[in-house]
Amino acid sequence: MQGLESIIDQAVREIGAARDPASLDDLRVKYLGKKGLVTGYLKGLKDIGHEERPKIGQAVNQAKERLQILIRDRQHTIETAELAARIRRERIDVSLPGRGQERGHLHPVTQTLERIESLFRQAGYEIVRGPEVEDDFHNFEALNIPEDHPARAMHDTFYFDAHTLLRTHTSPVQIRTMKERKPPLRIIAPGRVYRCDSDVTHTPMFHQVEGFMVDEDVSFADLKGVLSDFLRHFFGRDELAVRFRPSYFPFTEPSAEVDIGCVICSGRGCRVCKDTGWIEIMGCGMIHPRVLANVGIDDEAYSGFAFGIGIERMAMLRHGINDLRMLFENDLRFLRQF
Amino acid sequence: MKFSELWLREWVSPKVSSHALGDQLTMAGLEIDAIAPVAGTFSGVVVGRVLAIEPHPEADRLQVCTVDVGGAEPLQIVCGAKNVAVDMRVPAALVGASLPGGLKIKEAKLRGVPSFGMLCSAQELGLAEQASGLLPLDGDAIPGTDVRDCLQLDDLMFEIGLTPNRGDCLSISGIAREVGTINRLAVSAPDCAPVEPECDDRMEVRLEAGQDCPRYAGRVIKGIKKGAATPLWMQERLRRSGVRSLGPVVDVTNYVMLELGQPMHAFDLACLNGPIRVCHAQPGSEVALLDGRTVQIEDNDTLVIADRDRNLALAGIMGGQGSAVQDDTADLFLEAAHFIPAAISGKARQHGLHTDSSHRFERGVDPELPVRAVERATALLISIVGGAPGPVTDVRLEGGVAPVPSIYLRSARARKLLGIQVSDEEIEEILSRLGLSLEVIRTGEWRVTVPSYRFDLRCEADLIEEIVRIKGYDQLPDCRPLIHSGVPPLPSHVERGTSRIRYAMIERGYHEAICYSFVGEDQQRRFDPDLVPLTLANPLAADLAVMRTSLWPGLVTAALYNQRRQQPRVRLFEIGHRFLKLDNQEISEEDMLAGIVWGPLLPSQWSSEVRAADFYDIKGDLEALFPGLEYVPAERPALHPGRSARIVGPDGTEIGWIGTMHPETQRAADMASGEVVLFELRLSAVLRDTHAMFRELSRYPSVRRDLALLVPETVLAEQIRKTVYAAAGSLLTEFEIFDVYQGERIDSGLKSVAIGLTMQEISRTLTDDEVEGCMREVVDRLQAEHQARLRDR
Ligand SMILES: [Zn+2]
Repeated sequence: MQGLESIIDQAVREIGAARDPASLDDLRVKYLGKKGLVTGYLKGLKDIGHEERPKIGQAVNQAKERLQILIRDRQHTIETAELAARIRRERIDVSLPGRGQERGHLHPVTQTLERIESLFRQAGYEIVRGPEVEDDFHNFEALNIPEDHPARAMHDTFYFDAHTLLRTHTSPVQIRTMKERKPPLRIIAPGRVYRCDSDVTHTPMFHQVEGFMVDEDVSFADLKGVLSDFLRHFFGRDELAVRFRPSYFPFTEPSAEVDIGCVICSGRGCRVCKDTGWIEIMGCGMIHPRVLANVGIDDEAYSGFAFGIGIERMAMLRHGINDLRMLFENDLRFLRQF
Repeated sequence: MKFSELWLREWVSPKVSSHALGDQLTMAGLEIDAIAPVAGTFSGVVVGRVLAIEPHPEADRLQVCTVDVGGAEPLQIVCGAKNVAVDMRVPAALVGASLPGGLKIKEAKLRGVPSFGMLCSAQELGLAEQASGLLPLDGDAIPGTDVRDCLQLDDLMFEIGLTPNRGDCLSISGIAREVGTINRLAVSAPDCAPVEPECDDRMEVRLEAGQDCPRYAGRVIKGIKKGAATPLWMQERLRRSGVRSLGPVVDVTNYVMLELGQPMHAFDLACLNGPIRVCHAQPGSEVALLDGRTVQIEDNDTLVIADRDRNLALAGIMGGQGSAVQDDTADLFLEAAHFIPAAISGKARQHGLHTDSSHRFERGVDPELPVRAVERATALLISIVGGAPGPVTDVRLEGGVAPVPSIYLRSARARKLLGIQVSDEEIEEILSRLGLSLEVIRTGEWRVTVPSYRFDLRCEADLIEEIVRIKGYDQLPDCRPLIHSGVPPLPSHVERGTSRIRYAMIERGYHEAICYSFVGEDQQRRFDPDLVPLTLANPLAADLAVMRTSLWPGLVTAALYNQRRQQPRVRLFEIGHRFLKLDNQEISEEDMLAGIVWGPLLPSQWSSEVRAADFYDIKGDLEALFPGLEYVPAERPALHPGRSARIVGPDGTEIGWIGTMHPETQRAADMASGEVVLFELRLSAVLRDTHAMFRELSRYPSVRRDLALLVPETVLAEQIRKTVYAAAGSLLTEFEIFDVYQGERIDSGLKSVAIGLTMQEISRTLTDDEVEGCMREVVDRLQAEHQARLRDR
């Protein structure tokens, strides 16, 4: 019969040598199980006096406790080592690219439109859309551009027949809206427009945003303030120079062309601004009293302003795009940049 | 409009620099397009007078000239120009001179003969693009004078882009009036005093075109000198205005047009069989024009100048061949007429013409100008070519030119509309200087009479613009409008939905394309042969000729463009209108969402299988974005007949299409091989203004049962789904097809479909009997309706 001491020595050796949780479990059973060497030690002693039993029992219990602690410690050591090994094993190259679908990109024209729409929406303007196939009345006549008006020659209109055409600007939406609704009105009308012209700086289709406001006391100075705010916010430059100069549109009076200080060269002069330091950015004016009359709005009681923004130009300036035609080639290498 | 700054400054000369003057014009609405020197940079070139010419001993093409350049001794200068002549005044570049382009003149020997300078052509001085021979200077030019002074070359050419309303500024006179008003300076006009007649010859003029030509002035000038040259100063002013010199008579008429704004014409009197008639040409008649073309008259409102025999000229547009002044013309008839804009507008363009004259008449020429112009032209002509003028003919239509309107103007209205302070005195000063006359009705209210040259001032707003235009738009404060507003409504569900879809598409890896709304007719026909597209009457090109009936042709073009630029995969979408001509001839425009996919589903990557995107990948995108739609097998041109579906809404309406491109269409479109999937939906049909409503959740367990079925391969998944839902009733909460298999161990003509049913009751636990009963019903109905049987395990 082996002595308790020697059993314990053996157990300590074997626990110390255990390499994995399974062998540790085996050792637990071997020594501390119901029939284990330590647990069963007392039962195995036959010739033992009454007075000795409690003493030996106590030694057994102490041994059990000691072995339990050893096993637990050993288990912890093994687990720690295993975890460390697992972590070493599971190391990956985090610099390798992730997996899955790429993200698409919104067209820069759309992004520009969205920016303009959000700015005016914040100011309470409502978005209205109109047809691209228009009639002569809404595109020209109601806007005070009668037939044979020299301004028509500048519009290079695409026609379907004598009266049906592709709108040359978004201004017809002004007419359609004012015919249906009464002031106060704050509207922007974005969309595609068409002109029969194609070269380095013209595409036969492009985008505009028409905006207008009609109310009781709208002045030319209000227009100047609204558009100056808009342009500064659009380009994100509080110091942007904004200049209004007289121009001519048959449907506004007074009319103005709006220039901004060149955002490319900051006014020093470059190719984009043709060395003038100014970039023509949009047209605007006070809605012509005859246009108001055409849609049945009392031009004594109400006044209003209107403006038209060319989106491609805004997009090109904001993103530094130097070739208009790229906007409609849909080259993925181009689209991915925005 | 181009003009010389010095010419303008002769009329009015504010004490501001050239560029400041340009800015003034721009800020007054006469936008400066360009300011450029009128000559190249050069120095050391003086007037030389050729005293003698000797042949060069060594070279036939060279001559040795003795030239007086104002110094003590004449210079010897070797010259190769053919037009050199004794007593001729020419520009002489002295030794030390520098010419445009950096050429320095040095003493030189030309084929052995020393030369002390160079005689110059207009081209060599940067005065012309090209020139043949020396530039002849005026006969009275003094040798030794700097040519820059002699020709007033320290001048700038201003080019302004005039808006079509400002016909009154198509002359030095008009621009001077603007500059005078801006600077509050008086303007001095040249003398246009009447020239006394020296003979009695006159040409009868008849106005037969009613209001189209209410006034016509003319004058005969007899016995003009042949061979006279236009003085250099006039040639130079014409050149600086972009007008070519064509001989003294034409030059004078052009000069007066540039100076006063009145287009003029000179007829060779000998070619006229009077009287002169201003009339509407007979349809079917012709006009032989100066430029050699013959115009056929088709309508009955084309205004012409005619004589007894024939049409002489397109009135206000271009003179005719056979009646124009020639080199040997002795007697001429000068014309200065007033044609109303409506009579000229569009006519020039109709005949493919655009002339200085039509440009002005279309925009409006002062009806009070003709006689003044005739007098001015007479004086200039006589000073150059001599001749004896007859009396001026000034024919006016009964009733005359339409009266100039008077306009009611209120300063309070001006202040309100502009949002600036402007005094009554300022208003009066600005408008008076512009030539308007103001009659005070009461304080701050006037009756304003507009001068005959302002065709653009017709209502109060026009006058208010004049006030602020001259005062300066930069004087406007930046104000913010007062707004009457509550809480504005949300953007419409269409606006919000469209934006949401755009972002959803890009999150799913689609790039946004914007294609032209017009396509080639062949492209349109390829996709929608049964639809008649809207056809442009004046397309730019054959591939931009008809309005798209689908967004697919544009997307296919874009995909092709990218394939040809080595892009391995294409994933594009577009939102935009399609255009349909309805049966009732009305036009329908509708926003569509369309897409095209070609190539691998995912971008090339190290850790995923590279698999081509197919129909189901794209259908998955659509199902994620637009749940609840049905995909019904259907055929459509350009789509693979076995891989295309009509997309239908819950109420049975057609919402769109999805399909694989037909391999033949793909080949015809020149696209690379590999499956191309297309889809297109009507945006308004998938954007609904709804929001979800809550449904009670069951607290009782659900039961799942799977079935492995064998069905004929023609049975659609959708048919199985519908049958299962109908058979299982309200117990069925979820349905899934989790496997479809055809091939080994399955009889041909059949397919194996594995379905999973989840059942649940809202208020209690389902009993086994209920579940089994339900499953039996499902199996029976599948068998009855689709010959489905359970597959043996
Ligand atoms: Zn610049």
